[in-house]
Amino acid sequence: MNEHDPILTVDRLNKTYDSGHTALSDVSLTIERGEILALLGPNGAGKTTLISTICGLVRPTSGRVSVGGYDIVDDYRKARSLIGLVPQEITLEPFEKVWDTVRFSRGLFGKRANDAHIERLLKALTLWDKRDAAVMELSGGMKRRVLIAKALAHEPRVLFLDEPTAGVDVELRKEMWAVVAQLRADGVTIILTTHYIEEAEAIADRVGIISGGKILLVEEKGALMKRLGQRQVRIHLAEPVERVPDVLSNHGLERAEDGRSLIYTTLEGGPPLAGLFADLAGAGIVVADVDTRRRSLEDIFVELVHNGNGDAA
Amino acid sequence: MNWLAIWAIYRHEMVRAFRTVLQSLVSPVITTSLYFVVFGGAIGSRIEQVEGVSYASFIVPGLIMLTVLTQSVTNAAFGIFFPKFIGSIYELLSAPVSFLEIVIGFVSAAATKSFLIGIVIFITAHAFVDIEVAHPILMVVILIVTCLVFSLFGFIVGIWARNFEQLQLVPLLIITPLVFLGGSFYSISMLPPVWQTVTLFNPVVYLVSTYRWTFFGYADVNLALSASMIVLFVALCLGVIWWMFRTGYRLRT
Repeated sequence: MNEHDPILTVDRLNKTYDSGHTALSDVSLTIERGEILALLGPNGAGKTTLISTICGLVRPTSGRVSVGGYDIVDDYRKARSLIGLVPQEITLEPFEKVWDTVRFSRGLFGKRANDAHIERLLKALTLWDKRDAAVMELSGGMKRRVLIAKALAHEPRVLFLDEPTAGVDVELRKEMWAVVAQLRADGVTIILTTHYIEEAEAIADRVGIISGGKILLVEEKGALMKRLGQRQVRIHLAEPVERVPDVLSNHGLERAEDGRSLIYTTLEGGPPLAGLFADLAGAGIVVADVDTRRRSLEDIFVELVHNGNGDAA
Repeated sequence: MNWLAIWAIYRHEMVRAFRTVLQSLVSPVITTSLYFVVFGGAIGSRIEQVEGVSYASFIVPGLIMLTVLTQSVTNAAFGIFFPKFIGSIYELLSAPVSFLEIVIGFVSAAATKSFLIGIVIFITAHAFVDIEVAHPILMVVILIVTCLVFSLFGFIVGIWARNFEQLQLVPLLIITPLVFLGGSFYSISMLPPVWQTVTLFNPVVYLVSTYRWTFFGYADVNLALSASMIVLFVALCLGVIWWMFRTGYRLRT
């Protein structure tokens, strides 16, 4: 295993529960070292099942997963020692002290006590002042940070964050993004599930979209936006027009119903607008105002999930 | 073997136990004192001797067993049930630890707590009766074995239980009756012959009998048979736990 090999490989993973529900269907995925992958999907898409299977909480029906080159079944000790998991729910013993619970997590992963490391972690997560406080005395945001501290206590190389900002306010969400950015700077590979599109847009390098237990798409965020992102320019006119003049037909303009504006749609990174505006002026059309709307990742996501085949228009 | 993980689990469980140390240790002392007042004083004054031993002394091993068995099952069951209940079990299941390491960590912690309670009761008993222990080392060994065996059983109960009601069900409806009917307060030779035979199906009889032998050199049941039954019970518990982890019974989906 060299440093250029993927840190995580999921190969044709399937999970069907005893109830007969298929949560994962032929999922394959490769995660590179040091990247942040956001797994987007609606409720029940299979995001948590995928993470839980990789971390050993759910038994796969078939398929293979390796972490750092170690199989999660045959070499579970080595594979799991590389993984940190932050669960979706706040699952902490209410009477336990912050310091004790983080220290316990480190020991559980077979690492010798390292008070200096735990001190660094608690300081980085602004929990140092609360180290002797019982978990039940903490705010919701602090409890989430304790979960992150526990997951990082054994110095994992891959961190799974299962909906880290579900149900938290905007301020705390941005605080969590800052924590994730710092972890990434420290070289930790991060896989997070979310159904907040803006979260994926803000912090991910790549975006994976999962629905109905299938991975519909995994792509670098910028490339995805360039390929599927659209820009819509609405040109408000000083005087309404009856129809789009013939000299503008090569621009693919649409006329709004009231004739008071023209709509121009192009892909991200499409041709500059100077030519269009020159042709408008040549046709004697006076532009009163212009507004631009970009197709968001959310639009792409909704369309992909709706189509269910990874193809967006 | 991941000894650091075992130590982490053990330490974590002991810290939790010591958070409620008064409740854990004072409560058994009060209960035991009440048993001595009622059984040793009130009832014992009307019973001369059992197998050559004063009744108040005779019930000491049974009283220790009664508390230790109940505490072992309760402690171990709660130890594994609580993380299941609050969801923090995810950490155990995603850690690089084997089922054996998890069992050793939890069971040894529960057994330690029960052992300490057993010792506290033994010391309390001295305040009420004179006790001479015939085989002191074996008395301690049997106490440790009992704590471990019933902590193993409690661990199974904790994995099996889906809610607090089920968690209480086994100690209240199975363990307590078995201990009371296992010769804790009487010699089984005092029972009619038919009930003496029925009693032999109660695994607690073998423990109480062996433990009483370490005190007074007298046993209700043959020692070799008792030892065999204890080994069989341990093997059964380990087998069930191994199956639970292998299949992920009520732990993994």
